[in-house]
Amino acid sequence: MRVQRWNRTSKLFTGATVAIAVLLAVVPLVFEADVVQKLTNLLILVLLAAMWNALAGYGGLLSVGQQAFIGIGAYGTIFFAGLGVSPYPAMVLAMLVAGAISVPISFLALRLRAAQFAIGMWVIAEVASILVRLDQNLGAGTGISLIQLNQYAPNFRQAYTFWLALGFTVIFLSALFFLLRSPLGVSLQAIRDDEEAARSLGVRVAARKRLLFVLAGFGCGAAGVLIGANTLFIEPGSIFSVQWSAYMIFMVLVGGLGTFEGPILGAILLFGIQTTFTQGGPWYLVGLGATASLFALALPRGIWGSIEERLGLRLLPVGYRVVEVKGEKRAA
Amino acid sequence: MTIVNAVVQGIFLGAFYAVLACGLSIMFGVMRIINLAHGDIAVLGAYIVFVIVEATGTSPFIAFVAALPVMIALGYLLQLAVLERSLKSGILTPLLATFGLSIVIQNVLLIRFSPDVRSLGGDAGAITTSSWQVTGGLSVSALGIVILVVAVLVFGALQLFLSRTRAGWTMRATAEDADAAELAGIDSRGVYARATALAVAIAALGGLFLAIRSVFDPLSGPTQLIFAFEAVVIGGMGSLWGTLLGGLALGVAQTLGAQINPEYSALTGHLLFLAVLIIRYGGGRLSLRLAR
Repeated sequence: MRVQRWNRTSKLFTGATVAIAVLLAVVPLVFEADVVQKLTNLLILVLLAAMWNALAGYGGLLSVGQQAFIGIGAYGTIFFAGLGVSPYPAMVLAMLVAGAISVPISFLALRLRAAQFAIGMWVIAEVASILVRLDQNLGAGTGISLIQLNQYAPNFRQAYTFWLALGFTVIFLSALFFLLRSPLGVSLQAIRDDEEAARSLGVRVAARKRLLFVLAGFGCGAAGVLIGANTLFIEPGSIFSVQWSAYMIFMVLVGGLGTFEGPILGAILLFGIQTTFTQGGPWYLVGLGATASLFALALPRGIWGSIEERLGLRLLPVGYRVVEVKGEKRAA
Repeated sequence: MTIVNAVVQGIFLGAFYAVLACGLSIMFGVMRIINLAHGDIAVLGAYIVFVIVEATGTSPFIAFVAALPVMIALGYLLQLAVLERSLKSGILTPLLATFGLSIVIQNVLLIRFSPDVRSLGGDAGAITTSSWQVTGGLSVSALGIVILVVAVLVFGALQLFLSRTRAGWTMRATAEDADAAELAGIDSRGVYARATALAVAIAALGGLFLAIRSVFDPLSGPTQLIFAFEAVVIGGMGSLWGTLLGGLALGVAQTLGAQINPEYSALTGHLLFLAVLIIRYGGGRLSLRLAR
């Protein structure tokens, strides 16, 4: 018997993923601005799904309020750009601020469990939304444009935003990937599997959860920054909308809660659905809500989790598994 | 005097929140789950009453009585189709399943009834318009009194049901320890279904009050859920009378906030909720953790 992490399939696939990320970098040089904008959206969805999964899939923390960080990221950009910071550096600053704010919030939020945490986060997002509405400098309830981005020609602007999105997505997904593979990651996966058992084995559950919460704060802040840059106009009603949580829940549940690959698959699926049903509309949301409920009840491991279970596939390996070595004698 | 008036109006508003929160509190007390579609179910109840009023021209109160059997049936259906399955698989599943349900209800209402804002205030008759001017700055509306009295009656009836009836005892026993209750011959599935049906029926009463005292639209649910949940938490989760007091406290906090600036209404309610969470779960232990 031997414990292994990599095998040929996972090496091949991880190599391919890295290659795809490198290839994506040339997208803005090759494609039209509207294609680039759509792919930026896809990257935002991948980032959001991965961050929500880090919280719920590994930390057991179901948040319906990550839109708080999305909104803070987007409005942070407006705020710093208003102070005269150049737009793209303002976006990086805003991402850092959104992440930093998650630290004090974690001291309250992580004391809550299950529904209290879920709705507590939602209330925090509502408070952030109300505070923005009360601020005339941020456009109050009517919204505000990121006019500073008009200094760039549309093609260049779209390319820069895409590169920023690619950079953020690669950084946060790699951070999660290496975090899960590190010795810390073993304890995170133990919490995912059984929080009480992990605690009794000496895992510092609270500290590990804080790590995930803050990572998700930075990541959702980054996504918010990108949403603002990609749409150029934000208003509190939509940027702080609970609909973002609905999207995240859909992507992660359908893709596979608590797997690394699942949420990426879920994001690609949601992106496909959004491009097909461009009108959006209530029927499309009825479908999303019903699908999420059905997956939660009938297929809690999602599409990827079920595939993984049946076929034993690990494409981006974050865990270990035991394999039998050929010719080895079994211990009696 | 304006402060006294704000407190009185806050109590009336809070009685409405308490009715909304009552079903949430029952379901948490009996099954330890929070139904994230609770607000949308209340709004669904309001729409069912609205449809009956439109079709027959009757008073919303009579229409509500007619709608009750439908809501009770929906409650049973909710328990059997969604909650029962989710109860078995961990604490996150009921939240995820009911969150999905909430999106479905909102958008089905949107398709059927359009995003138009509606109210049943005009159909409810003199009750919505009459009020007494007690002194210069203090007026008491008939509707406020009705909602407060109904809220106290609902909580009182629940108290009697739980303490005096056989069905109430089995519900308390199941809430205490479902497995032990099963051993004593109590059918916990039936108890859960009754608790959900009761919760959905009272949610519909909340929806009726929402429709009469202000306006509603297909997307009103989430706000009602947040206020209801805040009332439950402020009063102490798992305590029935606590939920009534929590609702009143939330209502008073909102009207006092609105005294300072009308836009602060929801904000002060949220801040009271967060303050209660900090006091209950933070406090001294927080500083110890930081120091270590």
